[in-house]
Amino acid sequence: MVCAFNLCVIDQLLRGQLAALSIAVVVIVVGVPLWWKTTETYRAWLPVSQINELSNLQLQLSADVEVVFARGTVTPEQQKKVPLTRTQDEEHSVDEDTALRYRYETRYRTATIMEEDALDQPTAAEADLSLHTLSECPCGSLVVYVIPESSSLLPQDVDVYIGQRRTALLRIGGQIRVGKTLDLLLAHLEPRIKQVLQVMSFSHTDITAALSDRVRLSPGNKESIADSMRTFKSSPGYEITFSLLNPDPKSHRLHWDIEGAVQTYIQPLLTKLASVANFSIDSQTLYYAMLGVNPRFDSSLGAYTLSPDSLAHMINPVEARLGSNAASSNPVLNFLLYVPDAQHSPLHIHDSKKQEVPTNAFHSPRWGGIMVYNVDGFYGPEAVFPVDLNINMAKVMGVFLAQLRLLLGVQSPNAPSGFLVAPCSRTGLADWELDRLMWSRSVENVATATTTITSLAQLLDQIGNIVINDNIAEQVSSAVTSLQLAVAELEAGNLRFALQYSKEAILASERAFFDPSLLHLLYFPDDQKFAIYIPLFLPMCVPILLSLLKIVSDARQKRREKQAKKD
Amino acid sequence: MKILGLLSLLATHLSANSVNIEENAGQFFSSGHTNNWAVLVCTSRFWFNYRHVANTLSVYRSVKRLGIPDSHIVLMLADDMACNHRNPKPATVFSHKNMELNVYGDDVEVDYRGYEVTVENFLRVLTGRLPPSTPRSKRLLSDDRSNILIYLTGHGGNGFLKFQDSEEISNVELADAFQQMWQKRRYNELLFIIDTCQGASMYERFYSPNLMALASSQVGEDSLSHQPDLAIGVHLMDRYTFYLLEFLEDIHPASKSNMNDLFKVCPKSQCVSTPGHRTDLFLRDPGSALITDFFGSVRKVEITMETVNLTDPIEQVEQNFVNEDLQKESYSYVDQLPVSEIIHQFPPLDVTG
Repeated sequence: MVCAFNLCVIDQLLRGQLAALSIAVVVIVVGVPLWWKTTETYRAWLPVSQINELSNLQLQLSADVEVVFARGTVTPEQQKKVPLTRTQDEEHSVDEDTALRYRYETRYRTATIMEEDALDQPTAAEADLSLHTLSECPCGSLVVYVIPESSSLLPQDVDVYIGQRRTALLRIGGQIRVGKTLDLLLAHLEPRIKQVLQVMSFSHTDITAALSDRVRLSPGNKESIADSMRTFKSSPGYEITFSLLNPDPKSHRLHWDIEGAVQTYIQPLLTKLASVANFSIDSQTLYYAMLGVNPRFDSSLGAYTLSPDSLAHMINPVEARLGSNAASSNPVLNFLLYVPDAQHSPLHIHDSKKQEVPTNAFHSPRWGGIMVYNVDGFYGPEAVFPVDLNINMAKVMGVFLAQLRLLLGVQSPNAPSGFLVAPCSRTGLADWELDRLMWSRSVENVATATTTITSLAQLLDQIGNIVINDNIAEQVSSAVTSLQLAVAELEAGNLRFALQYSKEAILASERAFFDPSLLHLLYFPDDQKFAIYIPLFLPMCVPILLSLLKIVSDARQKRREKQAKKD
Repeated sequence: MKILGLLSLLATHLSANSVNIEENAGQFFSSGHTNNWAVLVCTSRFWFNYRHVANTLSVYRSVKRLGIPDSHIVLMLADDMACNHRNPKPATVFSHKNMELNVYGDDVEVDYRGYEVTVENFLRVLTGRLPPSTPRSKRLLSDDRSNILIYLTGHGGNGFLKFQDSEEISNVELADAFQQMWQKRRYNELLFIIDTCQGASMYERFYSPNLMALASSQVGEDSLSHQPDLAIGVHLMDRYTFYLLEFLEDIHPASKSNMNDLFKVCPKSQCVSTPGHRTDLFLRDPGSALITDFFGSVRKVEITMETVNLTDPIEQVEQNFVNEDLQKESYSYVDQLPVSEIIHQFPPLDVTG
């Protein structure tokens, strides 16, 4: 271009400045946001405020009790006043994030004619049976029948009889005369009914034990620690394996009808527990499986004995040979039936006081149980080996069922004195025991799910590099919704729905927490970050910065010249 | 006087008995764990890192001997020394010169082998974030009452451990992984042992409770190997793990040695480097933690006192004869390759279906 020299220079200068400025503008306005957007990780929206709400857990458990006065416990005037309802709240604060409230809604009424007839039965068990046929008690509630002191239903030293369903018979105390006022009568009954509730529904120790995932409490008494260590944690499914160990197939040819036994004895219990968890059962026979310990021969008893110290070492050598279902990650309960070899028969387990254990069985917390079944009584010395032997499955399954109840947490703690608990029904599980389990499982599920969700939210907050996909956000939202519903249902006292929602909450929260995509591998220390970005951006930014600086200093100089010219 | 003496004897005997029962009950509850897991990782490949595989396998052997079953051990070996074509004694991995102890026996179950041993897989195993298709043997299915032993060996530096010569895991990532395990209550107590150069740097950043850590050397020191075997041509073991193995050989499942004995393993005179340990995050006193709490699997047992009285006879399971249609289909093999005809030139036989 042909131009005068001065103008060219100035024009060039201006063009240079314009170029630098426009590059700077492009870099700042377009480049930086583009770089920011393309290097940020995709994080779907999470309901963080609701999660923070959940971290502060206020649980309310409601139990309904119906107290029925039988003939002879209330006077006719009191009878007119009796249909009434009382509500009682009990607040406990477990720690700064968790608070519990127990609401007991008690409805008092008098017995109907049919119930009076049922209570006229000679024994408590029969009365219980006929009372069942009259009314169906919904899940989570109880009916307590108050019977007069003179009643012959209960034996002398027993004040309370706990039935197989959800009923209890309470004998009114001697110190309350029938003539006293209704308020005194109710005041006398209240603590005793609460005692019954603590055995049949939930007690504070049970619920705080169920909250152990949230709250690491300092250990209470040794029994409660043992209980919490023994029972399996709440899981959506369990695998049960029955194994027959035959170390001596040359002498004993064992037959066990495991299919029939499981169908008759174990399956009813598992069907009843279907709302709590899924169970899958398998069985196997292991030959030449030896004990890891040598039993000692006790000549005074003529039998081999196992001391309690050696029992702990029996499990490990066998466990290596027990298979497990490779496809599922559910906890496994192993039940082993060990038939001692002919050389070491009979084999008895002794407790620490050197007494023979009647069941001849022991169990290991969170693992399963082992029973020793002696067959030496079934054949004489002249028998032809191998001897065909049928195992008495009723006896074996009785022990296994008791161990199963212990390991699942169904077994209730020792009832207070004066209580008589009905023996297990045919299914091996009383209805109120199922309710107890459902209460503690719901609370445990809610506690675990809230901890999982809050720690997931914390983790995602802390580590900015993790990508949060849409499916994870979906799982988290559904977990939060289910948790809120579960807490609401517990408040309303609908136990079955509460358990269902709490199970859904656990499943969703576990799926979100253990999603394979949430792996934080990208830890970049600061010096590495600088080392990556400096070679890219520095060569580009330095000329821009320098030219910008030059523009600014030129402008300043011009202004100074103008000022000088003016002056 | 005699009566007094007898009475006092009786009194002491009774009190001794009650102390015994209390002691046993106390031990039941002191450790608070019901099962044991072990994660043993060897991170180096190539023939000259034979000693790292031997390290891991000897710890594996001790842990199995003391009772932890294979289903509770996750063994990760980055390279296969037993079947390496440079191994003059194939199918063996020796841990002592003169080939005294073969730690690669008949029942070694390796869960992650070769190129599967990566930082990603290691962290996935620890945090539990494995794809749903992962089989049970490759998972760490621990719960809040599990004691876990984690053993790492390989080449390391200040704040990192090298995996497979291509990637590394930093101490921050490891500490975060343990924190995630704690958040989800995946362990009751965790023992972390590392045998690499500058191993103590790997446990510097831990911040989760109930962790105890041991390392073979301090920051700035190298962990040295023990002895070469002239027949095999490589160093067989590292010093720290060699003396650790010697110590563990004296432990049996009923042994009462505690962690303080473990800290004394391999002093500077034997190891040349200074082993270090960290117990400030461990809530119990290390003197009360038994070696078998982590290396073995001593089960707690309780006698079953109750039984359920079952009186119903067993229902006979009815056989279903619905599948008769299926039985009509008969299966037969595809015609097999007529080997005898081809090789021995026999005439073709008449095959009846």
